[in-house]
Formats: sequence, structure tokens, C-alpha cells
Amino acid sequence: MQLTVWTYEGPPHVGAMRVATGMKGLHYVLHAPQGDTYADLLFTMIERRKERPPVTYTTFQARDLGADTAEIFKTACRDAVARFDPQAIIVGASCTAELIQDDPGGLAKTLGLDVPVIPLELPSYQKKENWGAAETFFQLVRGLAGGRTPAQKPEGAPKSANILGPTALGFRHRDDIVEIGRILDALGVTVNVTAPMGATPHDLTRLPDADFNISLYPEVSGAAAQWLKRTFKQPIVETVPIGVGATKDFVREVAALVGADPEPVIAAADERLSWYSRSIDSNYLTGKRVFIFGDATHAIAAARVATEELGYRVCGLGSYSREFARDVRAAAKAYDVEALITDDHLDVEDAIIAAAPELVLGTQMERHCAKRLRIPCAVISSPVHVQDFPARYSPFMGFEGANVLFDTFVHPLMMGLEEHLLGMFREDFEFNDDAQASHLAALHGHQTYESMQTPEARTAPDDNAQDVVASEGKAASFGPLSWTDDAERELKKIPFFVRGKARRNTEMFATEAGVNPITIETLYDAKAHFAR
Amino acid sequence: MNRHVPPHVAAAEAREAGGRGCTDVAPIRQRGQHEVFCGLTSIIWLHRKVQDAFFLIVGSRTCAHLMQSAAGVMIFSEPRFGTAIIDDRDLSGMADMNDELDKVVARLITRRPDIRMLVLVGSCPSEVIKLDLPRAAMRLNARFAPDLRVLSYSGSGIETTFTQGEDNFLNAVVADAPPPAADAPAQLVVAGCLADVIEDQFTRIFAGLGIGNVHFLPARRAEAVPSIGPGTVVLMAQPYLTETAKAFEKKGARVLIAPFPLGEEGTTAWLRVAADHFGVPGERFEAVTAPGRERARKGVSLYLDRLAGRRVFFFPDSQMEPSLARFLSREAGADIVEVGTPYLNKAHMAPDLALLPSTVRLAEGQDVDKQIDRCRADDPDLIVCGMGLGNPFEAEGRTTKWSIEFAFTPIQGYEQAGDLAELFARPVGRREALAVEV
Repeated sequence: MQLTVWTYEGPPHVGAMRVATGMKGLHYVLHAPQGDTYADLLFTMIERRKERPPVTYTTFQARDLGADTAEIFKTACRDAVARFDPQAIIVGASCTAELIQDDPGGLAKTLGLDVPVIPLELPSYQKKENWGAAETFFQLVRGLAGGRTPAQKPEGAPKSANILGPTALGFRHRDDIVEIGRILDALGVTVNVTAPMGATPHDLTRLPDADFNISLYPEVSGAAAQWLKRTFKQPIVETVPIGVGATKDFVREVAALVGADPEPVIAAADERLSWYSRSIDSNYLTGKRVFIFGDATHAIAAARVATEELGYRVCGLGSYSREFARDVRAAAKAYDVEALITDDHLDVEDAIIAAAPELVLGTQMERHCAKRLRIPCAVISSPVHVQDFPARYSPFMGFEGANVLFDTFVHPLMMGLEEHLLGMFREDFEFNDDAQASHLAALHGHQTYESMQTPEARTAPDDNAQDVVASEGKAASFGPLSWTDDAERELKKIPFFVRGKARRNTEMFATEAGVNPITIETLYDAKAHFAR
Repeated sequence: MNRHVPPHVAAAEAREAGGRGCTDVAPIRQRGQHEVFCGLTSIIWLHRKVQDAFFLIVGSRTCAHLMQSAAGVMIFSEPRFGTAIIDDRDLSGMADMNDELDKVVARLITRRPDIRMLVLVGSCPSEVIKLDLPRAAMRLNARFAPDLRVLSYSGSGIETTFTQGEDNFLNAVVADAPPPAADAPAQLVVAGCLADVIEDQFTRIFAGLGIGNVHFLPARRAEAVPSIGPGTVVLMAQPYLTETAKAFEKKGARVLIAPFPLGEEGTTAWLRVAADHFGVPGERFEAVTAPGRERARKGVSLYLDRLAGRRVFFFPDSQMEPSLARFLSREAGADIVEVGTPYLNKAHMAPDLALLPSTVRLAEGQDVDKQIDRCRADDPDLIVCGMGLGNPFEAEGRTTKWSIEFAFTPIQGYEQAGDLAELFARPVGRREALAVEV
């Protein structure tokens, strides 16, 4: 049993809904109580979909238990097929129905429906949303493409690809696939099927016709792409084209597969990130400390863009995608940070506070946390919010995606000159960090970022426990550490977002050096000692 | 329970055919998919209302996901609710679920020492596996009372719809309330969650009427729960309190039946039932309520051009639908086509039903597909429905109002009558103002 307030991922059947809702001509009959119908509003409200998700819920009640819940499922199944006339249905149970063990798959098979039935086993008490999406897509692909023979193509026909992974409620999936389509078109590659988004069950039967697969969102498409590779020998393009470098890698990887020349496509790219980043105006971005958290694919990609393409420094990298923990750890190692693999947003908050970043790239959860800490933030990954479905074209992938990334990763920051002025005239009575920030709703009253970092202000002090123990051990010999008034005043002149770190480092330094109280001299000795 | 009919309501009823309005209309009852929230959802307002309570759902990841999705996604950094997510270690018996729950509670109390009332909330999974939360509450009470009261109720979707969660919560609060002292004076308890501002308005009106000993349930703080016994008179401010009313009566309290306090007419009738019970003279009632009645009528009148004669269809959501329809019909001149409600308590709803025209179609429970078909066939001017249906209807060119807002907005009482009318009028006016098509 785990105490949870906010979750990064919903239950696995919500992943199945993302697949079903992205597709056309597929219906999902879900054995579930009425409360589970809340999931419809994820699609109609957050993504502003114009149609209800293609899901029928059995909405059994307490009085049905032990009596005829199986019959309710069968009726719902028959009625759904009659009303919605789907090409295929998927059937399964949500968490509650899993407990009553009605076997929706078995029940649906007894009905003699004239459409293919694909049963889903999504263990609600072990797995989560992305796993559910991947498993559903895999079962659909295996169920509908299995046993097919790839169509024979005439000699000299253009090469074709499947784009796998985009779903309903996906972070920028709508625009990413347009961008990928443009790149493929420029390389002379046709798109055989894009799935799940936009595909029908019938389209899935044509998946084997493609020459290769693009696994665009490995959290969703990984299992299906691997199966297609094993079964139909279709190679997988695994580079996720987020950022300039990754997009060029992607173009070259596709070009190598189809025997095309990638360089004209790369040369013709309408991409501005590179120049904007090289322009002198961007000098102030150098070494900005950035904390990154999201699904594995977006977090790893954002770290590469942040370091290689904007000159930031990664001070934290993590993901809630446990299935991809190994990849995240490998990436983190390259940035010399320890990967944070967790689905507890409070752990992430603690890590952000400890890392004292100047920019957070995260999910909506980190956006809220960063807002309270008064750290600039941009959203780079699910879980999504209505704002993550902008009206304008706004891909994260491809060359246009790189342009979007430049704006997204840079605009939340203060402009270079503005920052200099703030640093030089720190005691301006209107323009300092104790004054309410004009552009960010922030902490109330006198609660500051710094005060939230002191262990006594935190209710869950575990993150600092080690430091505290270590410093107590030494400090005990000469009493508790104190600061002279001058030193406290000098500390205030350090920008608020790194002040907590400066305080901790100075105290650590003082403890080790046996200095007490801390003076201005100690502060600058510590600064020299820890200079980055 | 005797039905109390105030004179002006009787007069209004007489204008209806036979004075019974919609009373004898047999509701449509269809078995099919329900498209409604479960009772857990009422925690979204309850946890803000009771400022020292924490609502701990014992459930699944779905419950946690519902709460964050329905709550408008993460508004409060650390809300006073959370979910103890059952996992397969608990289900397979590898972990003792009661021990696990105690551990979660202990952690929670360490983290939130300010909490005075801990509410264990049952969910679909906890009900299906028959996890005994009342017993868990007793066990935890033995450990933590009196500093912390532990209550339990079920908000599961196999038993409750949306506002029924609050009903079950108040049922538990009433059951837990102490008995009054033998010489306790008569008191009025207003039951059903109201916005703080409305409580303050009603408190002033009751004081004006000379009814001083008034309590509201749920109370803003855990220790403010009044004692309940034979001297207690209950006026329900919300129409979804079936179980709570029974709990009050079990303790010897008297439950008054009145139209619900929506709009000028509803608020006046509601107040009058209490005033009559406490023997308030008619002139005093008139004097105290007249300014509010005048303001309420004026407030509503601003929106009549967008509401009068409009045909309105209600999908089931909160059980407030018959009262909302009565307000729209009688005070805004709207034409009510269908009133869907998840559950129809004919006794509590009798005064409101009597004021609805007998042409209104009632529907209790739901088969959402069939109801959508009826709605399309009726082609109403305004559809009041949940968030899962709103945009799909709008995409068909229809005008909708999302119903959850009636549970989250102060709409009761005189000073909010105009706001209530505005909630219905806004989508109509917006539709007329926009020159873009879908």
C-alpha cells in the first residue's frame, strides 16, 4: 500500500483508452464501475476531442456483484457492437472488475460476434498507464497483423515506413507525426501506416507491408516494434528525433535504411535553433543549471538538447518510466548526475530543492512545484494539461520541433541583460527577490525559496538526513554553527535560487575547517573551495 | 415524515394542474451505461470545507487518477486528501492490509500533525475485497483519539454517485456526533455542504428571524460538529442527503422537508419552513426576507432574455437537477424537457417536483446512449451535462453547460440567485456572441 497524492501515470486501462481513442473503427468494452467513466473527460476536456472516446463501460453496481455481472458484460458487448459497428473490439477489466474475475475475453468469445475480439490482460495492481498502452498496442498488432503475408511490391517502388507510437492524449503527438511525415517525404519514403493515431484495425493488418518501422514513442511502441521485427524482419529506427542533433541522426538512420542521401535533406532544413544558440545573445545561457524530469524518452532527449544545443548544465535527470530506468541511468551518468527514478512527486520536489536549478524541464507536476519555488519551468512531457494541446502547430520532433524547443527552453528564463541588472543592483527596493515576482504567481508572504530548503521547514527531512548527521558529528565539538550578521547580509546578495546551496556549502566547509562563526571571509573561502 | 407545505407554495401548486406538478410523473428507468462520477469526487469540495480533516481514500491507482483529473489537475500542491493505493502485495496476502493501512496512516499523521479528523474513504476495490474500514477506524481511534478522530465511509462507485459521497460522509459524522446534554436548547442544523459565504448569509438571516442556535454540517472544523439528539431540527440545504436524513432521525432529530434554497422562491420557501417550525411571526419573516427576495428577483431578471422560453435538458449528475429545473422553470421561464437524476428521493424532492410542470420528463439512473438519442431527438436549446459529454455535444453544434459547476459554485440563497441564472445564461449568451462555427 502506497500513499499517493498526485500520480504521473493513470492505471493501465487508461493507456488502453489512449490507444483506442487514437484509432478509428475500434471499440473498447471495459468491465468497470460507473466511477471509471471519469476517464472520458481526459479526452473530451484536456485534449478537447469532439467525440466521446470509443469506450463502453459496463458500470456494474454493488447489487450486481455475485449475481449477473458477467451477463451485464455480455449485454454491453453486444449492444456496443450493434451501436458503434466497429471493425474490431478490445475487451478488458479495470481494477475493480479484475477483482471479480469475470474474464471479459472469454465471455466476449462466447458471443459469436462478427468482429475480431482482442482480449486485454492489464494487471491494475502492478502496472501503469504507459505499460497499458504498450501492451494494448502490442496485442492489437499481434492480433490483427499476425499470420499476414507482406504484400509484394513492384520493383523500384518507393520504400515505406510505419510510424508507431502516437496515441490520443499524447504529448505533442498530433504535431510530431506531421513533422516526421515531412522528413520521410523529403527522403522519398512513403508512410504505410501511422498507428495507433489515425489507424483503423484494418490498417493494422497492413503493417507487415512496410519496409521498416519508426518507433517514435518507445514507451508505447517498443513492444509492438520488437514483435514486428521478430515476425516480419522489419528493422526499427530507434532514434527519437527530438533536437537538432537527434533529428539529423534520425534522417541519416532512415536514409541509410532506404539508400537515400541524407545530406540535402539536412542542408535544406528550416531550422533556427543552431544559429539562435550560436548568436552572442545566447551567451548568458552558458552553464545554466537545468533539472529534467519526465517520461524516459522526453527526459533523455531534453538533456541532450539542453547540453549539446543550448549549453546548459544538467544538474538533475530523472523519469517516472521505471521500464526505461536503465536508459535514464545511462544518460544521467554521462552528465555526471545520479538518475532519479521515482513515481513519487514529493521525491522529485526534494530533488529539485537539493539541486537548486535555474530552470526546470518537467511535467505539469514539476511546473507546479517550480512555480512555488519561483524557478522558471517548461513542460516537456506527459502527464498533460489542457495547455499542452496548443492551438498552434507545435511539434517537439523534427527540425520545426527544434525551433519549438529553443523557444520552450529559453523563454521561461530571464533575459540576459535583465539578469545582469538584477545581479548588480540587488538591493533595488522594487526589483529584488523579496518583492513579489511580476510574471509568476509565487509563494505567499515571506515564505521564500530559501526558507523551503532549510530542513526544519520541510516535513519530510529524509533528503537532508545524511548532511545533517554529518555536520552534527563535527559541529558537536564546538557548538552549533552560527553566522555573523555581516555574513548573513552578504549571503542575501547571492541570487535566491542558489542561496540555499551556498548556505549549505558554506556550512559544510566551515564544519570541515572547524570555523565558527561563519564570517564574510568564510563565505568567500567556501565559494573559492566549491567553485564550479 | 409529514410534508410541510407553506402557504405560498400551496398557492403556487394550485396553479399547476391539480397542484401536483410533476409529482405523479413516472420516471424513465433504464439499465445501461452510467456516465457519472463516483462518490469519491465529493472529496474535492469536502476537503476544502473541513479545514482540519484529511480524506484518505483506500483504493486503486484509478481512484488517485480520478481525483487528480476531476480536481482540475493539481490545483493545490498538497491537498488534504490522498490515496492509499492497494497493490498486488496486499491482494496476494504477502502484506497484511490492515498493517499496511496503519503504516500509511502513521506516516500521514507524522507529515500532517495539524489534522484533527482522519476520514478513511472506501472505494470500489476496497468494497469488493471487503476491507473493513469501520473496524480499521475503530482500531485507529483507540490509538489516536481524542487528538484525532477517525471516521470511515464508502465513496465507492458501485454504491454511490458523485454527491452521495457527501451523503455517506455526513451520515458517518452524524452517527459519530455526541448526544446533547439533557437540558440542551433546541437547535437548527443546516445539513449539506454550502460555501462559507452562503453559511454566513444564512446565519445572518436566521439571526434576523430570531433563530440563534444554528449549526452547519459539514462544519468548517472537526471539533465544531454539534451534538445531535431529539432537540435537533434539521433543514437540508442539499437534495442528496438520503442516508444523512435517516441518521438524524435515528438520533431523534426532526428533519424538515422543503424546496431546496435555489432562487428567490426556493430560498424563501426553505427559510419559511424553518421559520414556521420555530414560530417566527409572519410579519417578521416578511421584513427579514424582503430585501433579499427583491435582490434575488432583480439578479435573475438580468438574464431572462437568455433563458425565458429556452428548452433545457438535464443529464444526471448531482441529484440537484429537479431543484435546478424548478428554478429555471419558475423563475427564469425556461421550458424543461427532461430532468435526469442519478437517484430520485421522492420524499425529499416532493416540494420541488410539485412545482415542476407535469409535462417534464423525469429519468432516474441512466442508459447514456439511449439518453443521448433522446436528447438529440429533442434538440434542446441548452443541455446540462457532465464533462465527458459537453464537448462532443458542442461539436454537434449544441449548447451545453457543464453540471459539475453547480456543485463547485456558490448558488444557494438570495444573493446567489443571479449568479445561478448567469451560470445557465453564459453558454447561451456566449453562443450568440461568437461568430465562429465548429
